[in-house]
Amino acid sequence: MSLDNANPVIFEATQARDVSPEELDDDVVDPFDCREIFDLIRLINDPEHPLTLEELNVVEGSKIQVNNDAESVSVEFTPTIPHCSMATLIGLSIRVKLLRSLPPRFKVDVFISPGTHVSEEAVNKQLADKERVAAALENSHLIDVVNQCLATRR
Amino acid sequence: MCRLEELCKLEAHQDRAWYVAWSPSGKLLASCGGDKAIRIWGQEGDSWVCKSVLSDGHQRTVRRVAWSPCGNYLASSSFDATTTIWSRKGGEFENIATLEGHENEVKCVAWAPNGSLLATCSRDKSVWIWEVTEDEEFECASVLSAHSQDVKHVCWHPSKEILASCSYDDTIKLFKEEIDDWTCFNTLQSHSSTVWKICFDVSGSRLVSCSDDKTVKIWQEYLPGNQEGVVTTGNDSAWKCVCTLSGYHHRVIYDVDWNHLTGLIVTGDGGDAIHIFEEEEGSDKNQPSFNLKVVVNKAHTQDVNCVTWNPKIPDLLASCSDDGVIKLWKYHT
Repeated sequence: MSLDNANPVIFEATQARDVSPEELDDDVVDPFDCREIFDLIRLINDPEHPLTLEELNVVEGSKIQVNNDAESVSVEFTPTIPHCSMATLIGLSIRVKLLRSLPPRFKVDVFISPGTHVSEEAVNKQLADKERVAAALENSHLIDVVNQCLATRR
Repeated sequence: MCRLEELCKLEAHQDRAWYVAWSPSGKLLASCGGDKAIRIWGQEGDSWVCKSVLSDGHQRTVRRVAWSPCGNYLASSSFDATTTIWSRKGGEFENIATLEGHENEVKCVAWAPNGSLLATCSRDKSVWIWEVTEDEEFECASVLSAHSQDVKHVCWHPSKEILASCSYDDTIKLFKEEIDDWTCFNTLQSHSSTVWKICFDVSGSRLVSCSDDKTVKIWQEYLPGNQEGVVTTGNDSAWKCVCTLSGYHHRVIYDVDWNHLTGLIVTGDGGDAIHIFEEEEGSDKNQPSFNLKVVVNKAHTQDVNCVTWNPKIPDLLASCSDDGVIKLWKYHT
């Protein structure tokens, strides 16, 4: 199988975050922040390359929004090339990772960075349709592929 | 002051609860969900209890349940691409038929008001019409491929043999039987994203729709030769969007139900809220106004997937959610 993007640009991964004493104190309310969401998704494996979404700059800390009051998280991701056929799978992997990690009260929106993919609207619509996402996650082949993306490689 | 009073909360499903449906008598409530089960609820004294669990009908999520107009049959449609027919004899439900034919997830099933026809729709973009024979057989009468995408919902006109469907292709379509086959005679366009649900009012001359575009729309039928001068084609009525309710919902609206006893419209949305709207008294049918009467934010702890009025008790409402819970509500004016 030929790769969509054979020679992607590789970016440097961030270091582990500094954990403050307050964050270790169970008596202090610790709301979700962008870095925590980023840490949940930056190590997702790219479906094509032995690289993480962070190393391919598909996800970036600056393209994550968290609103603790509204209990919502929104993540923009950027496919490496505008014709990337894996965009839906990458979006689905991000969505599944957040569904599995965040409290269920959180509303999660995952979409393509505006103007970075030819099928942006179609992919966004598919990712936002929870009925189709639910059906996809009952498909054993597809869930295997998603789980491979979410498996820890290192 | 209008309000919704929570009457009871039923921990119904171990996964998301997708749909609840009142039996025609209004005495039983059927629910279905991601745990592949169908549950039948009934009242015992002051409380609602689970009377039966139908767990051996489907291999995957049960997306929709629908009672036959006589109340003796229940149909369930599933992501496993099948629709199962259950016969209710005594207190027991027996699986009497499995309708196969759709290529993938069956999203909805609906009985025609006279009970002799059944409609199903699927992600395979098709709508199927089934004839119900007297010896409980179900034969496919037509396969309609009018939609260009996933069909989310089908519902029958309350008195005429007209079927309405809505889709991921952002449209609503109306079908009727013409010289031995069913055809699409009208396409209603105005929503800018997936239309999740449609419902006729009691007269059948109006339709309400809700969408991923966060609006609710009211559609009015105009018969051929109408006074208003709305252009029609042949013997078919025209349908026109006469009202758009926007700004009330902040996320996708999954369900809308038009109360056939009171005329109230209820919606359930992805923002965990339930809204109730009432048409303003004396409002122009060509340009009606609907007012928000009640909003319950956090009606559930997750998305509200279904809201449905009891067919006999005008102020009784059922809802269900991704949180797996069913709630019953009483509407107070």
